[in-house]
Amino acid sequence: MLITLWLIVTITFFLMHSVPGSPFDRDGKEANATVIQNMMEHYGLDKPVAVQYLMYLKSLVTLDLGPSIAHYPDSVNSMIDRGFPVSLSLGMIALVFAIICGIALGTVAALRQNGLLDSFAMIFAVIGITVPNFVVATMLIKYVAVEWKLLPVATWGTWKHMILPALALSTGPLAIIARLTRANMVEVLTQDYIETARAKGLAPATIVFKHALRNAVLPVVTLLGALIANILTGSFVIEKIFAIPGMGKYFVDGINNRDYAVIMGTTVFYSALLIIMMFLVDIAYGLIDPRIKLHKKGA
Amino acid sequence: MNQPKNDTKAGQPLLEVKDLHVTFTTFGGEVKAVRGVDLTLRAGETLAIVGESGCGKSVTARSLMRLLPERTARITSGSIKLKGRELTGLSEKQLRQLRGSEISMIFQDAMTALNPTITIGEQIIEGILRHQKVSRTEARRQAVEMLELVGISHPQTRLKQYLHEFSGGMRQRIMIAIALVCKPSVLIADEPTTALDVTIQAQILELFQMLQERTGVSIIIITHDLGVVAKIADRVNVMYAGRVVESGPVGEVFHRPQHPYTLGLLASMPRLDSDRTIPLRPIPGTPPDLFAPPPGCAFAARCSRAMAVCGTYPPERTEPSPGHTVTCWLQDPRAQAVRPESQPVGTAGRPAI
Repeated sequence: MLITLWLIVTITFFLMHSVPGSPFDRDGKEANATVIQNMMEHYGLDKPVAVQYLMYLKSLVTLDLGPSIAHYPDSVNSMIDRGFPVSLSLGMIALVFAIICGIALGTVAALRQNGLLDSFAMIFAVIGITVPNFVVATMLIKYVAVEWKLLPVATWGTWKHMILPALALSTGPLAIIARLTRANMVEVLTQDYIETARAKGLAPATIVFKHALRNAVLPVVTLLGALIANILTGSFVIEKIFAIPGMGKYFVDGINNRDYAVIMGTTVFYSALLIIMMFLVDIAYGLIDPRIKLHKKGA
Repeated sequence: MNQPKNDTKAGQPLLEVKDLHVTFTTFGGEVKAVRGVDLTLRAGETLAIVGESGCGKSVTARSLMRLLPERTARITSGSIKLKGRELTGLSEKQLRQLRGSEISMIFQDAMTALNPTITIGEQIIEGILRHQKVSRTEARRQAVEMLELVGISHPQTRLKQYLHEFSGGMRQRIMIAIALVCKPSVLIADEPTTALDVTIQAQILELFQMLQERTGVSIIIITHDLGVVAKIADRVNVMYAGRVVESGPVGEVFHRPQHPYTLGLLASMPRLDSDRTIPLRPIPGTPPDLFAPPPGCAFAARCSRAMAVCGTYPPERTEPSPGHTVTCWLQDPRAQAVRPESQPVGTAGRPAI
């Protein structure tokens, strides 16, 4: 895990520094050369890249992500403190919504295989996968917020503000989960153990929920890591569209300002988060499927 | 211990199937998988259904519990009576009451027929809780007792384990435990030993016999292994192309087979005492297309003794000896005249066909 993180830090760091321009380039504005020189010295940007890299690693070990260059005296740590809870609640709502609705939709589609409901669900799934979330977001804003005036257009505050961005963010993952669940469910329902369950005289609902669903959602759990990544990256765009003061907004602004510390800090934070999520997914997989056991060695 | 068996072995019919027809609707058309099957299962006995793949033996068994795929399979006519109660008209809800409590079924491959993600204890207990009004603790106690009965040691700890922690033979024992835990009167075993090696097969067959003595359950065993039939069945039904062609007590059918198909099946079995230089004798040809079954005897095209009448008119069922029925034109008095002497298989080597 740490090695993965180190690789990400290294690659991002050198990529970022290979991009032309510096944090002090301002379009159209001429800055005083001495001021820039002093600033460079202050942030250690006058030193060779290799030295900067080692300095960065050193502060990273102490969990100090450094100061923001563009928004003095704000530090990256405090940006994350402010932005992350917002992004987290948005992401979690979207993820939970996608999982619950996706599995429900997929299951219903599988049970009504080739029926009207199945066709409807799968058309919806294809649309959900192919239409990018910023298009969904714009449509939602146009109709739900502007024309029907049901929910606020943008910004963050009450639960009403959360609905539209969470919906927009969850359509992609929801559609993927629905398709996967349906495919697995159709397969699982033809398994011999479903017939055994029927031969015991169990009711169809028991068979679906107890015997089929658990086996059908196993691959969905595997996919969860990728879906979390999908929602994280999706949130950059969605937060920008809905003007939500989350991590994604800071990240995008950081890139626009070539704010090295912010770019690095948010990247490292997101990477660490994703790695932890993947790890949790692996553990969850072991809990759901008894055939996969976590051993002290090996696995 | 033998009490229940002695009570019921008297042999009143427990399950009676009359003229059962099952049809599958497929893209290619209607497949007439079962075309008029008659079966009688007496209390406490073991009835075997044998035949080659696709002869309708599994479909017949599944239709008794109506476990056929609802969308494609249909019982077009016939009657199935369990203890005098007609099953064909029952609703799905009534059938669920019956499944597992009156009729149980075990399948060929326990590896796929048991759920890999639920403990085996739960898989046994859920059946008990479904059919009996008992507490979970009581259900658990019954599950332990049942596992002990089918020969699984340390049932208390085994209950908490998953399928992949058991060997092939054990899995089959667990499936038997699941099927018998609600004390059904009929157990249908669909090729229960096919996926097992020979020694485990013998153990499982002995287990069937032991359980039958203890509980008095009547067993319908579906197999293509005549050795299994000889070992545990009381009576045997030979099926071909969706029909029972010969039926009777095992000894009678094996020693005095009347139908050419039964003869062929017996002749194609490898034997320990046969001359190794003689190759196995398979039955030539393939079973008929059940999309359009032939009007006469379905075996006529493969039968070395087929007569002109066989392909055009279906033969009548005859009873050459009490309890032994055959559906073949050779049984007709007019054919008997030209029929060569049939030899008992067990004593004089291979029968001439």
